[in-house]
Order: sequence, then C-alpha cells, then structure tokens
Amino acid sequence: MGSRASRLLREEEIEEIKKETGFSHSQITRLYSRFTSLDKGENGTLSREDFQRIPELAINPLGDRIINAFFPEGEDQVNFRGFMRTLAHFRPIEDNEKNKNPSATEPLNSRTNKLLFAFRLYDLDRDDKISRDELLQVLRMMVGVNISDEQLGSIADRTIQEADTNGDSCISFNEFIKASFVVNIHICTVVFSFLS
Amino acid sequence: MPSRTVSHGSSGRLRGLFLMMVLVFLESSVFTLAFASSDQHSPTTAHSDGRKATDHGSHNNTGKAFPVLDLNYENVRVPFEISLWVLLASLMKLGFHLVPHLSNIVPESCLLIVVGLLVGGIIRGTGETVPPVLDSKLFFYILLPPIILDAGYFLPIRPFMENLGTILIFAVVGTLWNAFFVGGLLYGVCQIGTESSSILSRIGLLQCLLFGSIISAVDPVAVLAVFEEIHINELLHILVFGESLLNDAVTVVLYHLFEEFSGIGTVTLVKGFLGVISFFVVALGGVLVGVLYGILAAFTSRFTSHTRVIEPLFVFLYSYMAYLSAEIFHLSGIMALIACGAVMRPYVEANISHKSHTTIKYFLKMWSSVSETLIFIFLGVATVAGPHDWNWTFVTVTVILCLVARVIGVVGLTFIINKFRIVKLTTKDQFIIAYGGLRGAIAFSLGFLLEKDHFPEREIFLTAIITVIFFTVFVQGMTIKPLVELLAVKKKQEAKRSINEEIHTQFLDHLLTGIEDICGHYGHHHWKDKLNRFNKKYVKKCLIAGERSKEPQLIAFYHKMEMKQAIQLVESGGGIKLPSAMPSTVSMQNIQPRPPTKPAAERAIPQLSKTKEEEIRKILRTNLQRTRQRLRSYNRHTLVADPYEDGLSDLFLKKQKMFQIEKKLKEMNTYLTVPAPPPDSPTMCRARLASGKHTDFKPDQVQKGNKMCSDPQAYSIKPALNKVPMIQVDLASPQSPDSVNLLDEFGQANQQEEEEQGLMMKPPSRPREGKKPGEEDEAKDQQKLMRCLSDPGPSADEDEDGAFLP
Repeated sequence: MGSRASRLLREEEIEEIKKETGFSHSQITRLYSRFTSLDKGENGTLSREDFQRIPELAINPLGDRIINAFFPEGEDQVNFRGFMRTLAHFRPIEDNEKNKNPSATEPLNSRTNKLLFAFRLYDLDRDDKISRDELLQVLRMMVGVNISDEQLGSIADRTIQEADTNGDSCISFNEFIKASFVVNIHICTVVFSFLS
Repeated sequence: MPSRTVSHGSSGRLRGLFLMMVLVFLESSVFTLAFASSDQHSPTTAHSDGRKATDHGSHNNTGKAFPVLDLNYENVRVPFEISLWVLLASLMKLGFHLVPHLSNIVPESCLLIVVGLLVGGIIRGTGETVPPVLDSKLFFYILLPPIILDAGYFLPIRPFMENLGTILIFAVVGTLWNAFFVGGLLYGVCQIGTESSSILSRIGLLQCLLFGSIISAVDPVAVLAVFEEIHINELLHILVFGESLLNDAVTVVLYHLFEEFSGIGTVTLVKGFLGVISFFVVALGGVLVGVLYGILAAFTSRFTSHTRVIEPLFVFLYSYMAYLSAEIFHLSGIMALIACGAVMRPYVEANISHKSHTTIKYFLKMWSSVSETLIFIFLGVATVAGPHDWNWTFVTVTVILCLVARVIGVVGLTFIINKFRIVKLTTKDQFIIAYGGLRGAIAFSLGFLLEKDHFPEREIFLTAIITVIFFTVFVQGMTIKPLVELLAVKKKQEAKRSINEEIHTQFLDHLLTGIEDICGHYGHHHWKDKLNRFNKKYVKKCLIAGERSKEPQLIAFYHKMEMKQAIQLVESGGGIKLPSAMPSTVSMQNIQPRPPTKPAAERAIPQLSKTKEEEIRKILRTNLQRTRQRLRSYNRHTLVADPYEDGLSDLFLKKQKMFQIEKKLKEMNTYLTVPAPPPDSPTMCRARLASGKHTDFKPDQVQKGNKMCSDPQAYSIKPALNKVPMIQVDLASPQSPDSVNLLDEFGQANQQEEEEQGLMMKPPSRPREGKKPGEEDEAKDQQKLMRCLSDPGPSADEDEDGAFLP
C-alpha cells in the first residue's frame, strides 16, 4: 500500500507541471494514469520497451524516432515530467499566451517549438541541418522497401532543391520553416480535449 | 482566348465586342423567328410530316414543281432550339470577358440573369408566350448533375474531411434552424400582421414551413458561381461550399415531409419521428449509393487498358446512374453524386491514361460551365414568364427573415463549433460564411414543382423565391468581392503543392498518429491512419490495375509532379530558356555565386543566336514529325501503342538530361572553361535517336570518343551548329530508373564501356544484383510507360500538340 501511495501524483507536482506545460488539472491526472498503465516495471519511469509495447507504434513508420524523442540525450528512462514536457508540444497554440509574458521563454506549444520538435525528428545527429542522408532515411521509412534507392534519391534531391536557399544542399531549420509554411501548423496538434 | 484578345489591345476587344453584339442580335432575332414560326407550323403539322408528300391527298403537290429548296422547321425544332439556347449561353460567356472592367464589378451570374431577363422580354415583346424553360425535370436531371459532378470529382478531400464536423453542423442544424425560423415567423406575420380576409392569412403553418424549407437551403450553383471569382481562402471556400452540397439531404427530407403533411393535413408525433429517421435514411442512403457506384466505376476502370478511348465515358455514366438511382428512391441525389465522384477518383486516376484524365477534366468543366450559364439565363427568362403574384408584405418579410435567420444561425453555431475546433473561426470568417449563403435555382425549381391545387399560394411563393434569389445573387454577389477586400480576408494561396509539403504532411500524420497512440487516445489521426492502412492493404489491390496498386502515395505524387513539369518544360520552348519558376531545373545558380536571379541563369547558358535557336527547334519538330509518319495504320478499336510517336518519352529524357547536366556541372564548376551546351544541343538530339534499337534509323556503330555519329539528323545539323561548344560530360552517376527504364526499348546493351561518350543514353549502371527488384521496377516502369503512351488518341495528326497541353 505504501509503495502505491508514492506513485500517486502530489498536488505540488501537478501545479508545477501545469505551470511548465500548460495542461489542465484533469488532463494531467488522466495522462498520469496512462503513464502508469504503460509503466510495467512500476518504477515511475518509462523505458523504450514500455513504449514499444504499444501495438500501433510498432507499425508506425516513425515509431522508433517518436519514442526516441521522449528520451533526453543519452538517457534510457523518462519520468512523468519528461513525458509531459514532450507531450506539451502538441497542445493547441494559444494566441493569448503570447501577450502574457513577452519576456518569458516561449511556451512549449508555440509554433516554433512544434516545428523544432518535428525538425529534430528528421535531424538525428543534431547538427541543425537535415542532410540528404537523413532525408533519405526518413523517406525510406515512410515509403517502404519496394522503391529503389535511385528513385528515393531523386525525390530527396528534389526536396532539398526546393527548400534549400543558401545552396549548402542541406535543409536548415529556417529553410524547414519556410518550406512548410503552407502546411497549416494546426496540423501539429493533437486534440487533448478528450482528457478534460 | 482572353489572353490573345488582351494582347491585341483595346481595339481588338472593341472589335470582338462589336462582333459579339451582332451575333447576339442575330441570334435573338432567330429565336423569336423560331418561336413565331413554331406557332405557325403547329397547326399544319400534317403538311410538314408529309415529306413523302406524294402519297397524300391530292391537295398536296399537284402541279407543284419538285421542291429544290424546302423549309421544314418542325422536324428539327426541338434540337434546334436547344442548340440555340446553348449557343446563346456560350456566346454570353465569351462576351463578358470582352467587355472591359465589367467582369470585375459584376459577377457573371448577375449578368447572365440580366441576359435571361432581356431574352424573356424580347420573346414576350414579340407577343409570344415565353416557354417554361426552367422545367423542373430539365433542371434536376440535365442541368444540375454536371455541376455537382464537377464539384464532387474535384472536391479537395483533405480540407473537406478535416472540416467535416463543422460543415455537417452548418448544413444540417443550420438549415433546419433557417427553415423553422423563417417558416414559423412567416406564419406568425401572416396571421397577425394582415387582415383575416386577405390571402395571406389563409396560408397554413405547414405551407409556411414548406416555404421555409425551400428558401433556406444555400445553393451550390450560386455559391460556386460567386465564390469562384473572389478567390477566397480554402477553409472558407470549403465550409460554405460543403454546406451547400450537404444541405441537400435536409432540403429533400423537409420538402417531402412538409409536402406530404400539407396534403394530408394532420401531423402526428409518429410522423415527425419518422421524418427524423427518414433524414438519416436519405443522407446515408444517398452516400451509400454513391459509394457503390464509385467502387463499380473504379473496378471497371481497372480493365480499360485496351480501350482507352471510352474511359471518360465510364466515369460520367456511373456517376449519372448514381444520381438517378438515388432519385428513384427519393434519396439525396446530390450526396450520391458527390460520394461517387470522391470515392472513385483516386482509383480511377491511377488506372486511366493521362489523356483520359485530361478529357474527363475538360468535359466536366465544359459541361458544368455551360449548365451554370444556362441555369442563370433560364432564371431570368422564367422571371419574365411568371406567373407572378406580388405581395409586398410577404416578399419583404421573407427577405428580411432570410438574412436575419442566416446571421443568427451562423453566429450561434460558430459559438458552439469553436469549442471543438483547433483553428477557431474568427468574426471575419463568420461574416463571410453568413454573407455567402446565396440562394439559387434549386429553390426556384423546388417551388416550381409545387402543385397548384395543393398550394393555391404557389405564385406568391414563387415570386418571393425569385425575389430572394435576385437579392442574394445581385446584392450579395456584387458586394462580396469589395467586402472581402475591405475586410482583408485571407485569399487563396497560389503556391502549388510541392514535394516538401507532401512529405511534411505525411510525416506529421505519422507523428501525430504515434502521439495519439502513446496517449491512448483514439482520435482523428488514429482513425485516418486505420482507414489508410485498410485502403492500402485491401482496397487498392482490388481496384487498381497492376503494379500501381502498390505504389505509395508519395511516389505517385512525385510522378505526377514530374509529368507536369515535363509538359511545362516543352511548353516553355523546349528548355532553351529556363524559366526561373521551375525549381528543379533551375540549375545554373549552383554554379554562379550570387544572385540566383534570372539574369544569372541566362548568363550561364550560351546565348545562341535567334537563327540557331530556330534551327534547333525546327530540327526537333521535324524529328518528332518524322517518327510519327512511321506509324502503321490503326483502327479506332485497337490503338497501336507506338512508343516513339508520343513526345512524352522525349520530354522525360530531356528533363532527365538537364537534371544530370546540372548535377555534373555543379561538380565540375571549377573546371568549366566553356559554358555547357544548351540542353537541346545536337548532341542530345542525336544521342536520343542514335541509341534506338528498334528504330528504322540503324545508325552506324557509335564510335568511342567521337560524338559525331552518323544518323540522318546529324548530317543536317552538323554544318550549322558546329560552332556550338560542347563539353564532354562524364555521366558517372547512375541515372534514375525512371528515365532509364523508359529507354529499355531504346537500348539494353551493357554500355559500361561507352561511359566516355558523354551525353549518351545508358541503362542503369547499377549492379544487377537482385534480379527481382530490378525486374519489378522494370515491369512497373514499363507499365508506367504504357500508361502514358498506350493511348495516342483518336488521331495521330491532331495529337501533335495535344500531348503538350496540360
């Protein structure tokens, strides 16, 4: 019983998470129950295997990369705070938040941060550039095994050519933002309203 | 065509306008003559029927000479009149664009109604009765389906699905609200506001509700006509347009419901309940019928690879049958048509040839355009025809109530909807949605269908309906454009869909699906992903022929883009001047340091003199012509596929060549002492043809290191163009299998040793390790080739420029 109690979320923690991520009280508790249901080892943290046990993630082409995005550099476990921090990127953009604190850091779900999250999923080696190889890897994952390398290569070349403005045949973050400006950024949002 | 007239300047326009007026006057005079003569002829049908008049009674033709020239109008009367109407509509459409500035101020629909009024006035002025042209049968079975099919086939699925909830709420709840509000308040006004003996007070509640349901539906034809010209952003367009399409179910149900109730006279709760059920039946049944026919059409198109000429016909027939079948059961024909078009499109487009696709697109656009024009003209004529019963109270109250109901409805619903939307609708959006609720010919036709004995107030209704239509189309239609400018509503973004967007969209889809799965939430993305998976696994295999069923969406999109660019490339003059608008062929900027503007690009390309350009063009043209002349004769039923005759293969090669050149030049920029030859250099022409294995050219063996191979083309151009500098470009990189496998017909010999040749066609130099993937690719590419080229069209000669037009 005692160990059970320690896994319940304390009020102060909820408040802290609320301030950091912007989720509401009920959303946090709901996500916490999801977190605990995923946490088979019952040690308050999730490992990669816990994520991989989700069946739909296994067939998702980007499954591995998404899982990796939850884990900070070099670590193998993510606690609830980290879990929420990553998920906070997908909250809807709230325009009124911008006016509240012009000096404060941008909220996690701002447009730039959402795009940065997506960018980091392409850019595995964190050099702030999507190289042709990284693009090829992503294309290969999305397209499957039936397409030949040359064809994928020409698509990758074309993509880079369209987006690349400074001619280094890599896509930097700014070019990434510009290339995807037509894609409505509200797409990068999961409706969390079911939780409240 | 408007562009050509513009280039001639205003004098050309005035000339065209004058000609137009003459034509129109001629035509309207023919019209009245036709009507006049038709009345004259009808009593004497016996005379006209007796073409073989010799058998008839002696009062015919005794002593009359053999009629060298005879007038017999009665036989062709109906088709003749129909053609005249269609011709008038088309001429009107032409005329509007010739009059300067008119099309900017007044939307086309208004002008067309005015024309209809004029024609009706002329006909009435000559004393004839105006024909009831907007006959409901004609409208619902002939005029309306093309417009709806055009809308449904080209419906942008993604924005539609994303906003489906909003659209449904506006369509269903909004229309219901409008109908009951207008009907109920009208009844109240009729009872209270007027004396008990006036005709208005005799209108029952059910009749008023029926009228409300007729007048409350937003009309897709009017919306299309007006919104097309204001280029509003995609979200608003799809919201208003989607609403106008989906409210048909509500209108149908309400109409039949109230019609029946007012016939019977008593309303019970059970009947009301049945009405609600019938709504679901009508809507879902219509969609089901449409989906069924769509799948049938997709399945049929799987087998049309040998009879490409009738492919478009299947699309049109199945869609029309879907509409008619739905109408048999009083289901919503419009929803059936939309569902049919939307469902069949991805599969049909994967199966049919490029030309059939173009045919479908242009036929649909043509028919829907003519239909729309005719509808508006007929509205004008029907207004003149009457019968009218003008009642000030009724009409003005109707107009005001319609406006008020619409505004309240939109505002109220948006308040509820915004709680569930990610991207909220702003006040500006709400205003445009409310203002864009135009009524049109559907309302009029529904009113026309009412029977006089059940509805003695039919004329009052018709007059009011026409007034509302006129008000919305003229006032709202004319003012919406300046209002859009004034409110600075976001316009449609002209950017074309790029490969970046496609990749990013799919990427985000996967990402968000993954996040939803992590959260354990079965949301929007989850179900979309499931549907896509189901589609890929089962449906595509059934409905798409051959290898294309396995093609991922990204690759299909890429191929479409490449095809479009190849066509653009030829249209822009064969690539000699590289338009800076095409990103993937903007190559030279990789060599020049800065700026990558047009002058830089042009600087890098050697400036050929005009004569030389002309010579190159002439050579290309003659080459393509010559290959065509080698065609064997064919008949309409078995179109012989001759890969050489279609210029598309050449386009692909040209494009791939340019891509390769640019890549090579980028790597060799420091060694560049002479500019590269233009992509259409004689080397390329010769290379393309010289490597042909199955051509009749039989070139001599290509010598190593010597680019002057001896084929007929080379001889003709050699003396003129030997001054053009050429460089040996080493094509070490493997070519993309697209271009190469197209060339499999050209040359399959292992030409590794000819790498020093420079710009020669080569098969892929990739190692032939896995035979299977290679074969699959080849088979797939062969099929791709056959899809492009297997359908030369009805006649090779007129095909000359046809292939190059988008």
